[in-house]
Amino acid sequence: MKNVTATMAGTIINILVQKGDQVQAGQDVIVLESMKMEVPVQAEADGVVTEIKGNIGDFVNDGDVIITLE
Amino acid sequence: MRKVLIANRGEIARRIIRTCREQGVGTVAVFSDADKDLPFVREADEAVHIGPPPVPHSYLNVEAIIAAAKQTQADAIHPGYGLLSENAAFARRCEEEGLLFIGPTPEVIAQMGDKLTARNVMQAAGVPIVPGFQEPAETADEAASMAAEIGYPVMLKASAGGGGIGMQICYQEEDLRQAYQSAKGRAKAYFGNDAMYVERYVDEPRHIEVQIAGDMHGNVLHILERECSIQRRHQKVLEESPSPFLDADTRERLCAAAVQAARAVGYTGVGTVEFIVDGSKQFYFLEMNTRLQVEHPVTEEMTGLDLVAMQLDIARGKPLALKQAEIKAIRHAIELRIYAEDPVTFMPSPGTITLYQPPELEGIRIDDGVETGTQVTPFYDPMIAKVIASGADRAEAIEQAKKALEQFIITGIKTNLPFLLEVLEDELFVKGTYTTRFIQERKQKSV
Repeated sequence: MKNVTATMAGTIINILVQKGDQVQAGQDVIVLESMKMEVPVQAEADGVVTEIKGNIGDFVNDGDVIITLE
Repeated sequence: MRKVLIANRGEIARRIIRTCREQGVGTVAVFSDADKDLPFVREADEAVHIGPPPVPHSYLNVEAIIAAAKQTQADAIHPGYGLLSENAAFARRCEEEGLLFIGPTPEVIAQMGDKLTARNVMQAAGVPIVPGFQEPAETADEAASMAAEIGYPVMLKASAGGGGIGMQICYQEEDLRQAYQSAKGRAKAYFGNDAMYVERYVDEPRHIEVQIAGDMHGNVLHILERECSIQRRHQKVLEESPSPFLDADTRERLCAAAVQAARAVGYTGVGTVEFIVDGSKQFYFLEMNTRLQVEHPVTEEMTGLDLVAMQLDIARGKPLALKQAEIKAIRHAIELRIYAEDPVTFMPSPGTITLYQPPELEGIRIDDGVETGTQVTPFYDPMIAKVIASGADRAEAIEQAKKALEQFIITGIKTNLPFLLEVLEDELFVKGTYTTRFIQERKQKSV
């Protein structure tokens, strides 16, 4: 299992994948807003999305797991 | 004016408190949960909590702010910059509640807040504008045919946009068609208005703006220009005045055009007319900012004036105390914006400042909103401090600025201090021949 974690504290403003999607390393999977800037977060490895732990509008801290891949 | 409520936060709230105090005017700070320990909250005479960290629930919460003003019996509101400063409905609401809004009238704010309207008003007043179309492009096809007529590259712009959001340069039809739908969608989501228009993208562009002031007796002055071409993501990083690019004749024409623009709308208060200036010193109206700006200290250090004091006097109905001939550049000033961000990628860097030690040097002004122990949160923009260096000439101001940055200590979060030092040492910057593409081109070179 591999995780996609928040790269900085911020609010989730978009989730670009759904459960079951196949993603590739380097692909943008969520978009955070931090300090008035949109920050895309990429998957670091290939995998299938097994769980999405946040919703749009949720606040996350640096290092929080948002998506799990298998 | 007995007591001013400051509907803002951080360094600008402190800056306004300073002048109010000098004038014997009381101050009220408002603050969100995230800001309760910041210096501006302690420094104000009174402080009122207005809600949770996200701005819609606190600093943009008009009801909470009006209630705070009533509760503390403030008789005026200073909106600072950003947030509610250019919100015509808020200015009108203040008026209705019997609170003096320190800024221009709601009508002027509304007129200048819409880029298309502003452009039309300026064109009618004889102020030069960038070649382009007056009507919004309703479809991608329409945008493409407009672009074909004025020639590429073009700038695709959201009518209601600001701060660089909702702008996109398109070098060819393919770029334009690709950008159109997403830009329109974003404009709708961000600003609630998806009118898009197309204009010529100006070559070797420099962003030069003119500080203006107008009173309620029909007097309008310009307070010279600021060169603001060093930008990342269309946001300013370094500003200086006088501009190293303008000659005396262009400066005079540019400042006259700004006064003409202010007169055309019956401007009252301090404000800024932004222009884009091309390589052959042709200038075009970009937009008018109906508020105090982040870079106002550049003008203050260059001329020795206090722009916040001018704002308060204008709001009190006093006539402008100065004549145009009395306004002169007495020094060269440079402002550097210190952002909590990665100095290479410019990505935000929220966190706790473990040590904050600004330099204490002659000729250096620091306007800041943080201290050791401050938690820089992800809820607000990343600017935490401004260094304003001045000198008898540009070379001296640059040397002073370098010294200040070298001595500035901020630990615990990433900041752009190293980046700012690189800018000051860059050959193009030192020569003064930079354009708004400076940062982008520098980055491309280093890759």
